[in-house]
Amino acid sequence: MNAIAQAEPSATVAGSAPATPIVRTRGIHKVYGGTVHALKDINLEFKRGELTSLLGPSGCGKTTLLKIIAGLLEPTEGEVEVNGKPVTGPGPERAFVFQDFALMPWATVLRNAAFGLELQGVNRSEREERARHYVNEVGLSGFEDKYPHELSGGMRQRVGLARALAVDADVLLMDEPFSAVDEQTRRKFQEDLIHLRERENKTFILVTHSIEEAVYLSDRIVLLSPRPGRVGQVIDPEIERKGDPDAIRRAPEYLDLTDEIWRGLREYVE
Amino acid sequence: MYIRGIYVPQFVALLFWVVVWEIVGQFELLMLFPPFSEVVVAIGDVVTSPSFVDAAALTAYCYLAGLFLAVVVGISLGLLMGLVPAADKLLNMWINIFLSAPLSALVPVIMILFGMGQPTVIVTVFMFAVWIIALDARAGVQHVSTSLKEMALSFGASRTQRLKIILLSALPEILAGIRLGVIRGVKGVVIGQLLVSIIGVGALFSLYSQNFLMGHFWALILILFAFALSLAELIGRLEQRVEYYAGARH
Amino acid sequence: MTKTDTVPSAIAGGVTGGAMTRFAQMPVFWRLLSLALFFGAWELAGQSNFNAAFPTFTETFAAFVEMVLDGSMGAAYLRTIEPLIVGLAFSLGVGVAAGVAMGLRRDVEFLTLPIFITMQAAPMAALIPLITFVYGVGLASKVLAVVFLAMPVITINSYKAVRNVPGSLLDMTRSFMGSRWQQITRIILPAASPMMFAGIRLGVAEGFSGVVLAELLITPTGIGDLITYHRSVANFGHMYATIVSIVAFAVIAVSLLYHLETKLFRPEKRGQ
Repeated sequence: MNAIAQAEPSATVAGSAPATPIVRTRGIHKVYGGTVHALKDINLEFKRGELTSLLGPSGCGKTTLLKIIAGLLEPTEGEVEVNGKPVTGPGPERAFVFQDFALMPWATVLRNAAFGLELQGVNRSEREERARHYVNEVGLSGFEDKYPHELSGGMRQRVGLARALAVDADVLLMDEPFSAVDEQTRRKFQEDLIHLRERENKTFILVTHSIEEAVYLSDRIVLLSPRPGRVGQVIDPEIERKGDPDAIRRAPEYLDLTDEIWRGLREYVE
Repeated sequence: MYIRGIYVPQFVALLFWVVVWEIVGQFELLMLFPPFSEVVVAIGDVVTSPSFVDAAALTAYCYLAGLFLAVVVGISLGLLMGLVPAADKLLNMWINIFLSAPLSALVPVIMILFGMGQPTVIVTVFMFAVWIIALDARAGVQHVSTSLKEMALSFGASRTQRLKIILLSALPEILAGIRLGVIRGVKGVVIGQLLVSIIGVGALFSLYSQNFLMGHFWALILILFAFALSLAELIGRLEQRVEYYAGARH
Repeated sequence: MTKTDTVPSAIAGGVTGGAMTRFAQMPVFWRLLSLALFFGAWELAGQSNFNAAFPTFTETFAAFVEMVLDGSMGAAYLRTIEPLIVGLAFSLGVGVAAGVAMGLRRDVEFLTLPIFITMQAAPMAALIPLITFVYGVGLASKVLAVVFLAMPVITINSYKAVRNVPGSLLDMTRSFMGSRWQQITRIILPAASPMMFAGIRLGVAEGFSGVVLAELLITPTGIGDLITYHRSVANFGHMYATIVSIVAFAVIAVSLLYHLETKLFRPEKRGQ
């Protein structure tokens, strides 16, 4: 069964993985313009090698929280720690995947994928070789010399993913990465992400508003409630993800949990 | 803008430049600029002179007449181009040519065709304003959402009703075009009178420069600038009131 | 303009009319037709003699050929082009730099933006008589006329272009720990360049306006002299030919600039 724990400061849930936390947030508050309370007292731990989803209705501050972890926004109060060190800004151990892809329209797929390395000053042949590897990894080989406008939305997001993988960060922060992608592409992308996790030993933090997506992909789901954004529940779905990815969508645990989360979130929508 | 946490309003920047102008003028650093105080005094002089009142009336008349023509013709042209593809293909090139052409070079032609008087100035205003209005109206009509047009059709709207829907939903672009036309029209009314030079502010400019009245010259320029800026501001406000429903579209 | 006609040519024009229909769908066809209609209307209007000062298209064209052959056109352009190029080069350098600086720094924006907004909205041509009044009738006045008209639009567009760079691209460089310098050179400037170039094209068009105005108002030299002279001796064909030539020159210069921009700076648009 699924272990469901009420939110409490640094909730550690007895799970199967003996993982240690790699990202930790302590008492995060975010207030916009002195009046809008976007986040309130967020205490979370993200374990190494796990995929955690931040799930909630729009306006619950989940993207704000992700950007605070990324170091792109500063919290009004509180602190983020990565590998035990407090975050003061973006760092090499974290890589961000953007909702709107954030690709440079004037650059090819290869240059876009290599851009993180380019900013680090890696020389051209090396960064292109590494970018080529990850472009291949995300299933875009043969498209290296195309420009973003020649690609579909799903393919563009794969470029964004390749760029984040290429810098070899420990933590991948994904901001609604599949929201601008059509349903079929989205499913394929989710399956590929499960495969990718088997090959790459990374920690993922994923923002999503899709219950199905969160249950399908996550080792842990953090439910955020809106206005002000607070941690509502932390859920550890125990779903077997080895084998056929399609089977997950038929598993009773998957269906039950989706239903249960929906019943919990319903009150915020009405 | 905040300087060390203290809010500094925008007019402070203008005040800064006025002070710089005054200093430049007082110490005669640049021949172009007489002291600002001198210009301010001259404004009173210029505004109260009878020739200024005449010039202002003439300028306003020519400007409004030319602009009215430009709006009517521009919107009609834009509608035509937006709705009839063949007209669009024929006219588009010319609209773009006239948009990037040095229109001042055409004023001598307008002068010999319409004489050295008001009609020339009116036509100049028209020529400066009409093309951008037509182009924006065309863009507005072409960007009306297909589903809105299909909605009108499926609910059995008549031809005039459909045209009304198209016009209303193209309104934000049309107004943007008119705003640009208003600004270009001011340039037209000034350039027209400068080149004709025997009527309106053109005559005043010649008078002031023949008598070396720098302060008066600048006073007239400042009045014209203020006129242009207030017009642009006014139409910008109007535009914002229309944008509230355009926001739903973009 | 970019709309493609989806009517199959076989239906629209039949089997034999296929080639003609296909030609009719090409922009070149419409351009030629458009030109032909315009010049045809001009010719007819000229022949109707509605105004003694309105020559026919053929008269104008003949005058143009004559002026090219006797060298007066070439000489006039040589005179006109000098202040134009000097003025545009100055406007480009200072305008782009000022616009980018305003886009990047709030304090620069606070201080200088009001000036450029005023310059762009105001009839700067009114300053031309004043310039003459102060700097005389030489090259300096004409260069200043070009700068006054061309620079505001170049500056304002560069400023807006920098401000309109998508926030997620800026966040992206930050998240991959790019320095401010890297952010400016690799993201902001390339992302801003299309709008900057649009401003430069508008500025070049304004520059042409400025130099012609200066030559008409300040001192009859170059193209302005050609226009004024032929008008004074009622050589209307020659006068029209000069005006059409400068308009055409400006339009061609602006579209050449656009092609150059596409070729040099827009790799994603090449080969389409």
